[in-house]
Amino acid sequence: MATSTQTVPKKSLQTDSPKTRQRIMGIIFLAIGIFIWFVFSQTTSSDAQTLFVMAPGGSSVISPDLKFNSLSVLNILALLCVSSGLYQFLKGFGKYTNLVLALVGILLTISFLAWGASDGSINVGGMLRIMIMRSIPIVLGALSGILCERAGIVNIAIEGMMITGALVGAIFASLFGLWNGALAAIIAGGLISIVHAVLSIKYKVDQIISGTIINIFTIGLTSFIVTKILQERDWQYLNQSGFFMPISIPVLSKIPYLGPILFNHNPYVYSMYILVIVLTIALFRTQWGLRLRSVGEHPKAADTLGINVFRIRYTAVILGGMLAGFAGSYFSLGSAGYFNQAMTAGRGFIGLAAMIFGKWTPVGSLGAGLLFGFSESLATNLSFLRFSIPSELLLMVPYILTMIVLAGVVGRSRGPAASGTPYEKESL
Amino acid sequence: MEKKQVPVKRNFFNVFFEEVSKSSLTIIILAIFTGLVLGGILAAATTVEVHQAFGRSFLEGISESLSFIWKTYSSLFIGSFGNPAKMVAALFSGDSKAMQSAFKPFLESLVVTTPYLFTGVAVALGFQAGVFNIGAEGQLFMGSIMAAWAGWTFKGLPPIVHVPLALGVGILAGALWGFIPGWLKAKTGAHEVINTIMMNYIAFNLSEYLIVGPFQDPNESFKTRIIEQSAHLYRFFADSPLRLHIGLIMAIAVALLVWYVLYKTTWGYEFRSVGLNPHASKYAGINSPLITTLAMTFSGAIAGLAGAVEMLGINFRAVQSLTTGYGFDAIAIALLAKNHPLVVIITAMLFGFMRQGSRVMQINTGIPIDIISILQGFIIFFIAAPAIIRTIYRLKEPKQTDFKPQLSGPGEKI
Repeated sequence: MATSTQTVPKKSLQTDSPKTRQRIMGIIFLAIGIFIWFVFSQTTSSDAQTLFVMAPGGSSVISPDLKFNSLSVLNILALLCVSSGLYQFLKGFGKYTNLVLALVGILLTISFLAWGASDGSINVGGMLRIMIMRSIPIVLGALSGILCERAGIVNIAIEGMMITGALVGAIFASLFGLWNGALAAIIAGGLISIVHAVLSIKYKVDQIISGTIINIFTIGLTSFIVTKILQERDWQYLNQSGFFMPISIPVLSKIPYLGPILFNHNPYVYSMYILVIVLTIALFRTQWGLRLRSVGEHPKAADTLGINVFRIRYTAVILGGMLAGFAGSYFSLGSAGYFNQAMTAGRGFIGLAAMIFGKWTPVGSLGAGLLFGFSESLATNLSFLRFSIPSELLLMVPYILTMIVLAGVVGRSRGPAASGTPYEKESL
Repeated sequence: MEKKQVPVKRNFFNVFFEEVSKSSLTIIILAIFTGLVLGGILAAATTVEVHQAFGRSFLEGISESLSFIWKTYSSLFIGSFGNPAKMVAALFSGDSKAMQSAFKPFLESLVVTTPYLFTGVAVALGFQAGVFNIGAEGQLFMGSIMAAWAGWTFKGLPPIVHVPLALGVGILAGALWGFIPGWLKAKTGAHEVINTIMMNYIAFNLSEYLIVGPFQDPNESFKTRIIEQSAHLYRFFADSPLRLHIGLIMAIAVALLVWYVLYKTTWGYEFRSVGLNPHASKYAGINSPLITTLAMTFSGAIAGLAGAVEMLGINFRAVQSLTTGYGFDAIAIALLAKNHPLVVIITAMLFGFMRQGSRVMQINTGIPIDIISILQGFIIFFIAAPAIIRTIYRLKEPKQTDFKPQLSGPGEKI
């Protein structure tokens, strides 16, 4: 059975002809536009004003607020969506279709916010800032998954590695300071991934199973340590790591609108930016990256060229594990300041979905992660709404979004060809 | 092990030992044993008294660790089975109260086994057809809460109608929860591991919402209404604190049914065929996408039934709670049983008894019940990589001729 996250070739929404897909997309855009018109515009009074506060709290940069007439903006947005729908239906945007889909999605979100906050205000700047923060574990998890899967090893255990990183980070940071805590989390993630690597490469265990084993084990172990040790009064000092403070980047954070949102964060955000760039370069512009990708696409061909398939796979998995441990340390060292068992809440798996959504590229995963982060940010920021949507329902949005994405609405994703299959070295 | 026609100079013991060392049953037993040993070491290593004893002297430390490990595992045993001496004495005395308290651990373990048995069969069924159903937890939740809804909404029905109705609602809810990822996999190829995990989180949040929202009891907050008496499952010892209910029989029946269908009908043959090789099955004319969808749906239905049975037999109302871990445990149970429904009965009992025993163990020794997860992790780790066990215990590899398939989830590699 194909165990990779690669899609099994079956009839799907995407094997219909391009024309059909174009038509369907056009109808979707149209429907969104009509939705905005009927549901939002019709229920808004003509003199309502919406205020988008663009400056997140705690910043001295002047980002002027946006105040506008709700109804006119909603109508404009609806018109934009409808016209793009018509264009898509009749002519088609071609290879920009996905970009337009993303834009329409953004327009829909803006109209939702404008409508929900009519006769009121919402702090959009703050929401965007939170979006960046919430996307960190998802993006870092996706990067970890990319490293492993591009080399051909499916890594379901990102969740388990993250929770281990969070715990180890919290304990070591309480003892030795924040930076050492992060370092310890990275090392812990790497150590756990060695287990996954050995099981799936050397013993050729099904990679989903070995990942599940690690998840079961790490979740049990971390829970055990918390209950047995960290909750005892004498040992509670081990779980008081504190967290990293935000650092403002000197010039960039003064840019109006974008500055406070993007460049006034704790070091995890900056490492996310750097890692996305570094990984993109490393994977797609270096020899090492080329070898790694070849091992994931066609290990036998790589082997005949003299590339050591096993060594590359081990390296990839261990690096991926270190990234996952680092991602996990965000929860305790970058956000909460301590550890508790329910911190990760499935973000390791959402990270895998972001990886697939982003077509196994770091930049794509960044975009996907921001999307998931935004939906989380929205879920926790509902006080602006004139009526209440229960928070539990909104918390479901990231997960439902993941499923929609995986169903290929955004286009078929094809992963590395040899992902999920153990490599058997045959004698030459 | 078979007795072979042996050449000269090999007697019974040699052959026995050779067969035992090659047998996969041995691997399983040794895996469990090694897991228990490692778990015991971990438990001892994190206990204050052991550290103190080591502080005094090395020998004292060892004896303290050994006695601690003994205390741990014996309370695990007594918690899960009961005290044999007590049980025998109660049987002889004939006093019903004494018998109740003596057999309580054993019967409670059976109660805890019931949901494990259901979910283990559900996951094993999925594996046999080639689908990883990690969503057993979410399907169980949905089955549980919808069965509760059916339990309090319909009033005035006789039990013979109400119970199947409520169970049916639970089964449908679980089936729906399994159908969605299954259909998505069949239609779009989306990987069911992630989708089922997402469905789990959706189920948690949805149940949370229902419990504090529309389903909330008007008199008590954060709980739902209690189900009608007519929806309660039949309890065997109704007037006693023993909780054994008919759900256990239902679980065994479901396991038997799944076994029969999988191994004795053409439907089951198609299921297993798709699990082993979906492409070849397609060429043989089997409708692989349909089988995949059906497998997930049935798997979800059984998991939903697990939740419904728990609700109608034990809980009687839904409360806010954290996850129970049945989903991941079910995977371990199915893997240990090599996805055979009848063997699942045994492995489910293993997990159920361990979990029940661990509660008592936690009270007696202060070891958190999470150690069970660690033990399970160790055990499946060793089962998944038998070569490690072989190396530790210096067992021989089975020869190529008597090759038995290694543990893999849903069938062989293509």
